[in-house]
Amino acid sequence: MNPELGNFALALACCMAAGQAILPLIGANRRDARLMALAPALAVGQMLALATSFACLIHAAITNDFSVQNVAANSAVSKPLLYKITGVWGNHEGSVLLWALILSICGGAVALFGRNLPSALQARVIAVLGGVAAGFELFCLTTSNPFARVWPAPLDGQGMNPLLQDPGLAFHPPILYTGYVGFAVPFAFAIAALIEGRVDAAWGRWVRPWAVAAWCFLTCGIAMGSWWSYYVLGWGGYWFWDPVENASLIPWLTGTALVHSAIVVEKREALKIWTVLLAIGTFSFSLSGTFLVRSGILNSVHAFANDPARGVFILGLLAVVIGGSLLLFAIRAPQLTTGGLFAPMSREGLLVLNNILLCSICAVVLTGTMYPPFMSLLFGKTISVGKPFFDATTIPLAIPLMVFMGFGPMVPWKRAQMWPVLRRLWWAACVSLLALVVATFRMRDILPVLATATAVWVICSSVADIVERLRLFRQSPAQSWQRARGLPRAVFGAALAHAGVGITVLGIAGMSQAAHRIVEVHVGQSEMLAGDSWTLTEVHPAQGPNYTALVATIEVRHDGRLITTLHPSKRTFASQHQTTTEVAIHTNLMADIYGVLGDRHGSDADPTYVLRLHYNPLAPWMWLGGLIMAFGGALSLSDRRVRVGAPRRAKAADMVAAR
Amino acid sequence: MTRKSRRLWLVVACMIGLGSAAALTLNAFSSNIVFFMAPSQVHKKPPPADRTIRLGGMVVAGSVHREKVKDTPVAIFDVTDGQDAVTVRYEGILPDLFREGQSVVAVGTVNPDGTFRASEVLAKHDETYMPKEVAEELRRSGKWDPRFGKAPDATSWNTMTATDTAKKPATQTPDGN
Repeated sequence: MNPELGNFALALACCMAAGQAILPLIGANRRDARLMALAPALAVGQMLALATSFACLIHAAITNDFSVQNVAANSAVSKPLLYKITGVWGNHEGSVLLWALILSICGGAVALFGRNLPSALQARVIAVLGGVAAGFELFCLTTSNPFARVWPAPLDGQGMNPLLQDPGLAFHPPILYTGYVGFAVPFAFAIAALIEGRVDAAWGRWVRPWAVAAWCFLTCGIAMGSWWSYYVLGWGGYWFWDPVENASLIPWLTGTALVHSAIVVEKREALKIWTVLLAIGTFSFSLSGTFLVRSGILNSVHAFANDPARGVFILGLLAVVIGGSLLLFAIRAPQLTTGGLFAPMSREGLLVLNNILLCSICAVVLTGTMYPPFMSLLFGKTISVGKPFFDATTIPLAIPLMVFMGFGPMVPWKRAQMWPVLRRLWWAACVSLLALVVATFRMRDILPVLATATAVWVICSSVADIVERLRLFRQSPAQSWQRARGLPRAVFGAALAHAGVGITVLGIAGMSQAAHRIVEVHVGQSEMLAGDSWTLTEVHPAQGPNYTALVATIEVRHDGRLITTLHPSKRTFASQHQTTTEVAIHTNLMADIYGVLGDRHGSDADPTYVLRLHYNPLAPWMWLGGLIMAFGGALSLSDRRVRVGAPRRAKAADMVAAR
Repeated sequence: MTRKSRRLWLVVACMIGLGSAAALTLNAFSSNIVFFMAPSQVHKKPPPADRTIRLGGMVVAGSVHREKVKDTPVAIFDVTDGQDAVTVRYEGILPDLFREGQSVVAVGTVNPDGTFRASEVLAKHDETYMPKEVAEELRRSGKWDPRFGKAPDATSWNTMTATDTAKKPATQTPDGN
């Protein structure tokens, strides 16, 4: 019964989304207040219907309803409750439903929080969101229905890959998807502005919070994904530049550019057409990234052939959404009034530079990701592009980006002088030069050295920015405190986010100096790595709920003093014929000590064990920096100006105008 | 600053940004692209010693053995595409999903003596999955056509190299192999 209810709710949501796409658009064109007023109601209704549908699917998973094909294929009676719930979005059908649910929540949020928008703009934004949602709900209903039944129902499900049974991976997709889907709102604002033919400072102010919110989620999602691959896969790596990861990085880069260029629209009414294009581009990359790469259409021609209907539907949908919006852009963009040009040495000039560099990095990553599949499709050549390619192309572009990032927040709008800015940043420059000198002696390779120096520069200049604004050390602490309270939170948010970038880059530079050894040892034997002595003291078998494990004990000592005891293990899941490696990590925030237990060799009387030992300096900083970035974004979202600054529409006047 | 020079500045900045991106990309493409090769291709035309390639094929059953060089374990195994086999030396822990008779992709360089020194071994797939490149190579060598059922049984892989290629040389001639 419940799955049918879910299916019905999904179909209902699809119908509501279709209505939401068409009726408010007509209303906005005719200035018909009644039709426009339908938009928020339909958006909230669609959200509730989809939430019901999703709840039904979760219910089926919890109650082990194996007559639902999706549950039978991905769940099992013995699976822990948490993974029964999170397993719902761990597969194709469920994740499409989750995607649609988040999109409808975005629509509901615009309906609820966007009451101060002009009603025509709000109606159009909700209509665009409804159109996209209708497409994906139709896709869900027709080609990948999560509620499809199977008869006869199996007694037990097929279970889930043990590698995926991990809390980090369980919550990673919803956060990442919220990031991807969140960019649908700026996209909808861009399309609405193109339909209206008007982009002004107010538009910039309305669109920016949505872009910042999506950006925060995407940042968190990427950081979590990278952390998961670091501690679960056990290769000691944190980013593999594979297409799935790049698919999240590309919208992050354009989204970052969007967050910055929207400031210029808001403050200076310039870069309007460019910002609209960025909003369209970011969502298009999110869409094509998740659906093309994840469904394996580009990666492997075989996946496409397995279910042609699915692939054709997705390609058609992408063509309509992306192609349609770009066509609309091409027709309407020339009618938008262009803003003024501005001096290179000014806040807006540096923001343009930021956009150019971010988009160049994005172009490089996009080329590296798309080149291999296109080569194999067009010429049948199998090639791959890996870390060396991306290191050689992205780092030289990221370094100037970070250098300018230090100046950005200090430079005034319109026209600026170089000298006063430099005078305020002299100590940050000195510290960075010092870091450069120290790094030259302590680190291998030129790029990590430069990255370290620029990261220190970014962090110091963010601190300098706040110190200057508070007049710290030049006024009494009480006066500085007064200034701090008067300062908008967005300023602190920006400084924090910039410092977060610096911290992440420091972590990446530190990781490039990581040391590792692979050794085969007897119990009791010691090995040296990075000045520490690692001793395998014992290995014993252990029994888990649905696996057997081999647990090693490794003592790590520095100058004879015990630092930590690691317990890496190897688990064998008998039911799935799989082994997984459980990494043991000890961190003191300055470095990770990372141990992996490998195979067991030799006779039973005298066994030897293969160990992989890593010393990863500054590794935790990479994810810490990501969290700080997201927190900075959230802080600037809590700024009063976001809520109060937007003009409240005069209700009565609007009604009169509508008649 | 006049309007014209401001516009010029913007255009120049864009050109520098995208130009350097293009230059970096082309430069990296010329040296950092990794080609996929099957063991028979490696035998016919060995790549230069400094060139990283991806070697894909099936692990010959019974070929895996281990050595120990100064506490560092070295795994040695043969990879075959049904026509030729290449010996791979890998210092490190083989992935959990590494099995004899199953598909594998090794990343590394070819030594002058014809053996392959792997820096990375990938076998992160389930037992029914075969990397696309390997399947393609099998199809090309006439060992398996995806249209006619499942891939041949894993245990037959080592015998295939030794006997089948010797027995049926004619089947491999159409595309010049």
